[in-house]
Amino acid sequence: MLKAKTILVALTAVTTVAFGVGAAGDSIEMKKKEWQFDGPFGTFDRPAAQRGFQIFREVCSSCHSLKYFKFRNLSGLGYEDDMIKAFAAEYEVVDADPDEYGDEKIRKGEPKDAIPAPFANENAARASNGGAFPPDLSLITKARADGPNYLFSLMTGYVEAPVGTDVPEGMHYNKYFIGHNIAMASPLSDGIVTYEDGTPETLDQYAYDITNFLHYVAEPKLEERHALGLPVMMFLFFMIGVTYLVNRKIWKPVKEGKTLWHHGDD
Amino acid sequence: MTTIETTNEHDEGATRRDFLNVFAVVGSAVGTAAFVWPLVDQMNPAADTLALASIEVDLSAVEEGQSVKVKWRGKPVFVRHRTAAEIATAKADDGASDLKDPESDADRVTAGKEQWLVMVGVCTHLGCVPLGQQGEYGGWFCPCHGSHYDTSGRIRKGPAPKNLEVPSYSFLSDTRVLIG
Amino acid sequence: MAHGPTFEPKNSVLKWTEERLPIFGLIHGSLGPGYPAPRNLNYWWNFGSLAGLCLVIQIITGIILAMHYTPHIDMAFDSVERITRDVNYGWLMRYMHTNGASMFFIAVYIHIFRGMYYGSYKAPREMLWMLGLVIMLLMMATAFMGYVLPWGQMSFWGATVITNFFSAFNDLYAGSGNGDGLGDMVVSLLLGGFSVDNPTLNRFYSLHYLLPFVITGVVILHIWALHIPGSNNPLGIDMKGKQDKIPFHPYYTAKDGFGVFVFLAIFAMVIFYAPDSMGHPDNYIPADPMVTPAHIVPEWYFLPFYTILKSFTIDFIITAKFWGVIAMFASIILLFFLPWLDSSKVRSAQFRPVFRFFFWVLLVDLVVLTWIGAKSADEIIFMDIQAVTIGQVATFWYFFHFFFLLPVLSRVEKTLPLPESIASAVIKDKA
Repeated sequence: MLKAKTILVALTAVTTVAFGVGAAGDSIEMKKKEWQFDGPFGTFDRPAAQRGFQIFREVCSSCHSLKYFKFRNLSGLGYEDDMIKAFAAEYEVVDADPDEYGDEKIRKGEPKDAIPAPFANENAARASNGGAFPPDLSLITKARADGPNYLFSLMTGYVEAPVGTDVPEGMHYNKYFIGHNIAMASPLSDGIVTYEDGTPETLDQYAYDITNFLHYVAEPKLEERHALGLPVMMFLFFMIGVTYLVNRKIWKPVKEGKTLWHHGDD
Repeated sequence: MTTIETTNEHDEGATRRDFLNVFAVVGSAVGTAAFVWPLVDQMNPAADTLALASIEVDLSAVEEGQSVKVKWRGKPVFVRHRTAAEIATAKADDGASDLKDPESDADRVTAGKEQWLVMVGVCTHLGCVPLGQQGEYGGWFCPCHGSHYDTSGRIRKGPAPKNLEVPSYSFLSDTRVLIG
Repeated sequence: MAHGPTFEPKNSVLKWTEERLPIFGLIHGSLGPGYPAPRNLNYWWNFGSLAGLCLVIQIITGIILAMHYTPHIDMAFDSVERITRDVNYGWLMRYMHTNGASMFFIAVYIHIFRGMYYGSYKAPREMLWMLGLVIMLLMMATAFMGYVLPWGQMSFWGATVITNFFSAFNDLYAGSGNGDGLGDMVVSLLLGGFSVDNPTLNRFYSLHYLLPFVITGVVILHIWALHIPGSNNPLGIDMKGKQDKIPFHPYYTAKDGFGVFVFLAIFAMVIFYAPDSMGHPDNYIPADPMVTPAHIVPEWYFLPFYTILKSFTIDFIITAKFWGVIAMFASIILLFFLPWLDSSKVRSAQFRPVFRFFFWVLLVDLVVLTWIGAKSADEIIFMDIQAVTIGQVATFWYFFHFFFLLPVLSRVEKTLPLPESIASAVIKDKA
């Protein structure tokens, strides 16, 4: 079994190297937060994610779209069907089909719709944002290395530029942004969103909440994945045990040096 | 199976299948079978498809004698605002002898809202879309193979075996109906 | 082949079938009790069957993903998101497929290194070795095209960079310099346009679907070629008497079964708990032909070759770029000549101490090549040595190993005495 252990170690090592290579990069050290969705049993912090949804609606959505997130996906954050319908109905969306005169048909939002994008297209977005394009946020925590920590750090990373740093016109200094000059002004600050549940209205809390929400948006199947992972892993470990014992039993005569091939004359 | 037994007879070393071997074989079989479910289930309608499975239709603009055709689950649904004459004919024909698929008009509409006839606009013969207010019974006529439906959407003549299907629907208000 | 007992059908149904299609006999003789295997195969020999398992998983999950994927530049990214978000178990299928590719390469690379360590490429197994390399090349092509399909930033720029290798042919015929050189023509032929675009995505999708079945065909040839001489073993000596052999079933089926569950457990851990760890975050950004990501990094299994490509920085007769491309392809093609570059009659590294030492050096060299592959060329590694310099040393060593060390070593190395037979060696060990 010594050999088998060596191989297991080697296999794990190669897998780890394979993983590690992707994560490499010249990165700025991010703030490390404890996230409830981390780890093999991780689940979403629903109250935080719901507050994050409020922040998104009141702050982020004026510049950023969320094209892969549909109102119906809110059910995963613990909202009831009629609340989801009510949220959706607050928005006006352009129907996929034109009306009878061939013009755009504007109707109330429905659970099947995404939150309407603030700008019609990229050019319109750039024109309204001094040439910068606010990216779609549906996948933001997966599209950045160490995404949740990055997002939290970015939200809380607006500081005074160090002495001697030249921040160009229309840009803002952020400790955690690549190159430090970011077109987006600090979107969150103490008290900017009013919480109804008595949660402290601080920048750190806001950053934590919006990250919880956007990570749910990026990875809505996380809980389902973790839930399925446990029985699958238990089954596989059980089968490792069984097949190990079967294998040892079958190999016993070979280990004892018996002759087990009885055919032919060679 | 045969191969295992052959070995066991010839080889002194390989022990007969005991409970461990059964565990290993049954375990593998169960594992494989469990893995087949996701492979099958992925073919079922996805969440975005199911989200479109019910639609709301606004009836306020449909005048008496008019119909609207809406798309529901990829198929046309006819919503007709029937005239008094059409309702009367449909009720009068409840006992007609040429009904292939006998059904009373009252069973095909919502009580108190007899003027609204909601049907899946797919001919029960081979799936074509029938034309409205045509054919020998003043209801629908399917041009593909000549099926005639009456003002209640019941099959009266032609190859189609069944009446036009009435989907499950409910009135949310006097002017809004939820189909599906 | 077929050194073992012939298959004797037990009942009339088997007999009836066997007379018309001897398929049970084929299984009996190739994976059953009718196939004699050396009694001393260790766990490194599990990786052949594991690679086969990976191929099956990739084909099954791939066919399913193809049911939901849309090969169009405007919809590819969206359809992949729809798979992960809305399709029932779509996330499972997708994560199995993306990580399955990495697991497949892990299994195959270990399988190859096992063959190199124990001299499995030597006579009479040269054909087996070369068919294996054909499988690896086909896998690389398949993996590369598959990575383009999600149409993220890395998909797009990876495809752009790799297809641009072929523009090196401009060195042979430059044309007028306005895009009519030999390289330009080859590139636009591959892309179906002047840049990576919808025609490229469509043909990659088509070929990505096709090639796994070609791989399956070559795998069958690979197994066929294995059954002519039979398996090599850790001692590298031929099986002689009955004592050296054991039937494949039940001994190696049981051992492979155990290996399968260990492998699946590692695979499942990745799928359920770290599904994006082998991918690159930039591939969650939709492809944008106007913006290049800061670092373009291929998947980890291509990194050693990518380093070799980047290591040529000086024009000499032909451009540095052309040298890089030639060296990159040469680094793989040279493996086809391994049976002749290494002329030592002794197969196993167990009896070749110097060879064994340099085998491990080569392995370290490849780890270095992989590590450097993910760095940008001017990154300082330590003191003031740049990544590119380390890559160049590692690249030099790679070719030095195969083109100089191995041929010389195989002629001058003093090998240890070989045991008389497998049985005498392994059974004596136990006593």
